[in-house]
Order: sequence, then structure tokens, then C-alpha cells
Amino acid sequence: MNRLIADHVTLGYDQRVIVENLSVEIPDHSFTVIVGPNACGKSTLLRALSRMLKPTAGHVLLDGDLIHAMPAKKVARTLGLLPQSSIAPDGITVGDLVARGRYPHQGLLRQWSADDERIVRESMESTGVAELADRYVDELSGGQRQRVWIAMALAQETPLLLLDEPTTYLDIQHQIDVLDLCAELHEERGRTLVAVLHDLNHAARYATHLIALRDGEVLAEGAPSDIVTAELVEAVFGLPCQVIDDPETGTPLVVPAARRARRTAAAS
Amino acid sequence: MKAIRTRGGLSVRLDVRTAVVVALLVAAALAGGVVLIGTGDFDIPAADVVRTLFGQGDAGQDFIVNELRLPRVLVGLLVGAALGLGGALFQSIARNPLGSPDVLGLGQGATAGALLVIVVFSGSAAQVAGGALVGGLVTGAAMYVLAWKRGVHGYRFVLVGIGLNAFAVALNGYLLTKADFVDAARAVVWMTGSLTGRDWEQVWPLLWLCVVLLPLVVAHARPLRMLEMGDDAAYALGVPVERTRVVLMGCAVLLTAAATAAAGPVSFVALTAPQLARRLTRSPGPNLLPAMCMGATLLIVSDWASQRVFGADQLPVGVVTGVLGGVYLLWLLVTERKAGRI
Repeated sequence: MNRLIADHVTLGYDQRVIVENLSVEIPDHSFTVIVGPNACGKSTLLRALSRMLKPTAGHVLLDGDLIHAMPAKKVARTLGLLPQSSIAPDGITVGDLVARGRYPHQGLLRQWSADDERIVRESMESTGVAELADRYVDELSGGQRQRVWIAMALAQETPLLLLDEPTTYLDIQHQIDVLDLCAELHEERGRTLVAVLHDLNHAARYATHLIALRDGEVLAEGAPSDIVTAELVEAVFGLPCQVIDDPETGTPLVVPAARRARRTAAAS
Repeated sequence: MKAIRTRGGLSVRLDVRTAVVVALLVAAALAGGVVLIGTGDFDIPAADVVRTLFGQGDAGQDFIVNELRLPRVLVGLLVGAALGLGGALFQSIARNPLGSPDVLGLGQGATAGALLVIVVFSGSAAQVAGGALVGGLVTGAAMYVLAWKRGVHGYRFVLVGIGLNAFAVALNGYLLTKADFVDAARAVVWMTGSLTGRDWEQVWPLLWLCVVLLPLVVAHARPLRMLEMGDDAAYALGVPVERTRVVLMGCAVLLTAAATAAAGPVSFVALTAPQLARRLTRSPGPNLLPAMCMGATLLIVSDWASQRVFGADQLPVGVVTGVLGGVYLLWLLVTERKAGRI
């Protein structure tokens, strides 16, 4: 059985139901990417998988236990999350921020062990922010800052890591940079990664397992090269397109149909 | 940042600069207290004050120091500490310096409770203090009910607080117009915040409250640091977000209400003490202990200044804390701006 499972969950805020009776399994050691149009429930699903949103029906299971019944710190030692928006406290240095990732491993009288120190240093080295350790987070560029937040999530040392749109607000170079980093974490450490991404081509290139959502339902899931077809993209996003082989990686590459072609398709 | 580790696997993290700042502030508060005890119609040298505090003074000095002036100074220290700590908690939870109890109407709410007792019931000093405590707690509860929808969102919290403040100010104005002359005079004195005539009766409840609440606050200080990064990030790190916030908010309301009950709404300490403290420690996070010590120091120095400059019991301490704290904060902000920091 896989470690992280959503079992027939119904999710929503107040009275508004966004996802109903959805079941998803995150394959262990995969780099799973969830894609879908805006408001399809992908971020909601990620919140439920990370214990932040309690399903109104169904369960989320982590290692076979109900995630909402587990002690918060225990969950935080197994499953990390990089939220979409985090606030860097005023005047905090990179080193201090990354060190906060050790929180679930610490206690009132176990505040800063030698292990904590080593792991924080390694997390900063593997994300390439070690030389920024003494800089203030407010002074960094968007790309550097995102690396720092990822370093903090790494310092949490969890076998599972969830990322909510980690590439938003970054330019193309830094998007690829962050995704490369994720791929490295997945390949070298055998971590299970789950990310919500907007860019279908990035998803197809980096994911080992793709989940396509629309209106709170899974339309397809599997390896990108198996499932990404023009029909699927049209079904999920309502966008006529061609799917060709990515000349760099051989993974599916989605090319939206030209405006004129889409008009004629709509007219007929 | 220094780490102290034992072989048993225990470790404590200590920011050296913060520790030095706390030590200096405690020393300043205590020294200020000694000088303040020696200040008055009958001046006593500091050395004699210290000797008398340890029970070595003559009978006359013993009466003046231990019965008349010590309780007043202790009330000042405790009120300052409680306001500083309460302010730091509020500002951290609101993630906004404007989210301090005096802006959010807790002070005015407590005042409303006190005025109600003075004007409507012509109550005793103890009853007025009780009224202030209840007024503060009711305001805190109203804030909780009105602003607490799926967690605190900085501006919503501040706006609700400002709304409550406006309401309490209006209520207080109304109560004052309804009061007869004697009650109104008493109410106005109470409203400025003053340490005049405070004795052991005010010391004990405040001291016990601090003794109970301080460990509770310290135990939640680490989760509070995590909360400053946003609810989602704190949640991801395994912080019990809602519980931490409710517990700390409750502590902050109690501390502020109790301080107000003891000395009236001493203005500006809760707003400035945490800001001053964090500029001295230059450390991110809520800076709870430094803010607490800064509050105590600020209040004692203000009380001493008001007695030195204007004579004993002429000017209530609440006026001076506003002036001193405000000017000091402005000065720090201006010099830091020059130095390139925010």
C-alpha cells in the first residue's frame, strides 16, 4: 500500500463543495504532479493531503493512519509542505529561516542539536543557498527566496514533500531551476514529491506520475507519455491542441492550436 | 546565536545579543526602581533604599520604603511588564505592529468597564479595578468572536479592533457626560493611567497572574515564532495553529486587562515596548522577554521622569510613557532609516 492516500474524500469550504468522493493514491517514490484548469480542486486536494483541510467525508491516510487523528508534529516529521504563500518574518536571515524547518524535530529542551545544525547546513548546500546563509531574506530575488523556502522544507527531513505551485511568480529560468532542484531531490534521495503545477509542459517533462483533474474528478492518471494526448488536453482544459514529442526530452509537448484553427473548430 | 548542549542530548539555543539586552533591561528596571523609591517629598539615597529593602534600615525609612513606595514601584514594574508582554503577543499574532492592545480597543474597553463602575455604581477602588478587568475581557471576547473567521488575517483583526476601540471611546464619552462632577474628575484621573496611591492590594493579584501566565506564554513562544511565517507554513511544521493562538491571545488579554485594572490605561507601552525591544535585539520573532523587560523599564523611567520634572504626583505616568516611548521610537526609526535598515 502506498504511504499517502485520499480515500473517497469530499472537500470544500463552508457549504461549497469543491471535490466530491475523490480517491487518489500517491505512488511511493514518485514525482507526482497534479494538473488541471483553475478551480478544478488541485490546491484543495493538496491541502487535504497535507492535513490542512479536513475532508467532510472520506479519509486521508498516511502510512495507513488517519492523518487528521495523528499528532501534528508526527505528521510534520513524515510529510512536508511548501505552501503557496509564506511570510518571511522581518529581519530574518536565510540561515535562521531554514533552521525553522527543524521545528517538528525539536522540543522545549531540545532546541538545537548537532544533527539540526548539520541537516540545516546540508539543506542549504543542496539547494545552493549556503553562501546566502547570513543574508536577509527580504534582500533576495524571487528565485533565491523560493530556494530558501525549499531548503526550509528540506530541513524538515520528510520522506514526502508537497509543493503548492512552487514556480508561480518566477521567470522561466528560475522556474526550470526550481523544477530541476525538485527532480534532483526526487532522484537522488528517493523522496516522494507531489506538486501542483500550472504549466502542462513542465508537468509532462518532470513528472513521473501525472494526475489530471477537472471539476474535482480525476480524468486520467499515469506516466505523462502514456496519458498526455490531444484528446486528454482538450477534455481537461477545453483547449484544442497538438501533442508532439519534446525535442529535448522526448516527453509529450503540448502545442495549443492557432487562433484561427480554434475558431473554425468552434464554428463547425 | 549560540547553542548550549548537554551530553544527555538536551540543547538550548541562545541569542547572545538578546540575552545581553534582556540583562541590561532588567538591570535598568531594577536600578530605576531603586532610584524611584528614593524619589519624593523625602529623598532617600539609593544605598539606603537598598539597605532598607533588605531589612537593614531604620524604622522611619522602613515605613516610607517598604509600605509607601515599594508597592507603587512594584505595581509599575508589573504593569509595564504585563503591557510589554501583552503587546508583543498581540503584535505577533496580528503580524502587524498596529495590532497592539491600545490600538485595538482593549485599553478603552477596560476603561469602559471602570467608568461604568465609577459613574453608575460609584464603586470602591477595588470594584473599579474589577470593572476594568471585566471590560477588558469582554472586549477580548468580542474581538475573538468578530475577527476569528478561519484564522486571523492581519488587517481584518486590526480593523475589527479599531471598530471596537471607536465603540468603547463613544461609550466612555457618553458615560463621562452622564457623570456628576466628582465622579467625572475621578474618572478622568483614572483614564490617564497613574501609579499614585498604589499599594500591596494591587501588587498581589498582578504578581500572581504574571507568575501563572509567564510559563504558559514561554511554553508557546516557539510555536508563536513559527506562526509568524503564516498559518500554512506553521501548520506544515506541525504547529497546533488554532490552539496556540487561542491560548496566547487569552494570556495577552488577561495581562493587558489586569495591568489596566491596576494602573488605568497607561498609553503606548504595549505599542512601543515590543518595537523598541526588537530594534535593540535585532532579532526576528516576537521578542517576548525583551518586550516584557522593556515595558517594565519604560514605565519605571517614565514614572521617575514625571516625578523629577513635574514634582510628586503632578503628572500621571500615562502621559509620560506616551511622550518618552513615542519620541524614543521615532528616534530609533529615523536613525535606522539612515543606517539603511527598515
